[in-house]
Amino acid sequence: MSKTLVIAEISGGRLKKTTLSAVAFARQAGQPFDILALGHDLGAAVEALRGYGAGAVKVCDHPGLKDYVGEHYTPTAAQVASAGGYSVVVCTASSFGKDLAPRVAARLGAGLASDISGVVRDGATLRYRRPMYAGNALGTMEVTTPVQAVTVRQAEFEAAAPSGGSSPTEAVAFAPSALAGRVEFLGFDEVKSERPELTEAGIVVSGGRSLKSSENFKNVLEPLVDALGAAMGASRAAVDAGYVPNDLQVGQTGKVVAPKLYFAVGISGAIQHLAGMKNSKTIVAINKDGEAPIFQVADYGLVADLFKAVPELTQAVLQARREQN
Amino acid sequence: MKILVPLKRTADPDNANKVKVSPDGSRVTTDGMEPKLNPFDEYAVEAALRLTENGKVRIAGDSLTVCTFAPKEASQTLRQALAMGADNALLYVTDDAQLDGDLVARALAKVVGDTKPDLVLLGKQAVDGDSNQVGQLLAEYLQWPSATFAMSLDLAQDKKTLVVGREVDGGVVRLRLTLPAVVTVDLRIVGPRAVTNHVTPASFTYGDTARFAPLPAIIKAKTKPLAEAPLASLGVDLGLKSRYTAYALPAARKAGVKVKDVQELVQRLRTEAKVL
Repeated sequence: MSKTLVIAEISGGRLKKTTLSAVAFARQAGQPFDILALGHDLGAAVEALRGYGAGAVKVCDHPGLKDYVGEHYTPTAAQVASAGGYSVVVCTASSFGKDLAPRVAARLGAGLASDISGVVRDGATLRYRRPMYAGNALGTMEVTTPVQAVTVRQAEFEAAAPSGGSSPTEAVAFAPSALAGRVEFLGFDEVKSERPELTEAGIVVSGGRSLKSSENFKNVLEPLVDALGAAMGASRAAVDAGYVPNDLQVGQTGKVVAPKLYFAVGISGAIQHLAGMKNSKTIVAINKDGEAPIFQVADYGLVADLFKAVPELTQAVLQARREQN
Repeated sequence: MKILVPLKRTADPDNANKVKVSPDGSRVTTDGMEPKLNPFDEYAVEAALRLTENGKVRIAGDSLTVCTFAPKEASQTLRQALAMGADNALLYVTDDAQLDGDLVARALAKVVGDTKPDLVLLGKQAVDGDSNQVGQLLAEYLQWPSATFAMSLDLAQDKKTLVVGREVDGGVVRLRLTLPAVVTVDLRIVGPRAVTNHVTPASFTYGDTARFAPLPAIIKAKTKPLAEAPLASLGVDLGLKSRYTAYALPAARKAGVKVKDVQELVQRLRTEAKVL
């Protein structure tokens, strides 16, 4: 029987929720699956991974895997995949999975289906659906090699819920990299935030170039973000202008989100941005240009000056919250 | 310092909604869309130029080669990179349908073997297929150190190591790579201070995007070397590891309503959409 190997994403010993989208894929692919945990001091993460119905949780807990570096992770991941005879190796298409999966694929001689939005089984064949051209076309593809590598789009594979039970764990050997001496991890400058992660939030509020400055992001947009308990995003134009860091970018080449409620504030709605948010359940657009393309995808459009409308909306949300409590 | 920048010609990403699918769903067509240099590859060319010049002119002994795997018409895209300042170009002629990311990576490994660069610099993804894989595959095939999603590059004075800032979820990871290496670039690599080579004076400031080639540079680019050869001449196995079997257009999202003020918006979000 064919089996799937899910590579878990673990950062600083903590299991990242992204992993659960890859687990959701493994369930949909309709064949038994194991999970591979790579890192150091993995106790808590491994314990968490045991509750999802995997045949086994394979664990390589090694100081050489403390910080993620593609060259350091690839040999062990490929060795486990190949020794276990897995036909599918899957990661979630976070910056971790996008970096690691192609490397493991190359080492296994596997074809890669990247950033897929769906999977369908047809007999022994898995067909993958993936957005292309900034989401303006959907391709159906097959991987023709005996072993296949896949990365799944987090916004399209809802995080798997625990299934109960407790998968057995199995220690696997660390395979050192021949490149270890030529890639040195210097550090991770983490951007700390109290807000939910963009790809995991139920509500996302994104700002565009019309906000005009990083101060306005802080003073005008952030109060609304926090009143809603939302994650903050931005258009590429706002990122390019330096108002906010690139990891807040929602779009084709940034994060793809599909929250239940999405606010596009001062965003015109370039194709690039729509690709990252048009699958949101309810979309609200606030823009002073009534002809802006964003209104073509918005469920609710408000043609207004954002500097007036956003503070007003923030107050109304706070008021509504008070009434609910 | 010898840099190789692989390029891809893509259909105009600003008009990506003009992509069409044939009635039988077998093909996706970009007819009528202007071919453009993939924006991330354009940024890779810009970053490569900043690494190999002193702010104004090329550092003696440094060079920049660009290459692509595409139909003959892609020579225009290579000329664009030559006009920006690349020295020479290689066009391996093939049909787009005969390629997948894996074949591109294996063919690139052959080009690297022939041209022996110190650094391969490329975009993190092409904006047509959006696969984000060639750089990672190439690094593994070459067994070279690599870094994806670069937002900063700092080339050591001895040109033996490169410190790369990688834009990842939740922050920036810094890696030191021993050359030769493969690096894929993200948006911010064209920031005014994103690229440091310890030759360009600290007082020199770049713009915040890829450079625009002036007319004399475009004319000069016409005489720069551009070699053409069939893809098969690289001696690479032309087999593919994946294939597309069908295409479709996504369901269109219908426009909703315009509300008159914030009060109506909040009221509808609460009672109609029930999301507040």
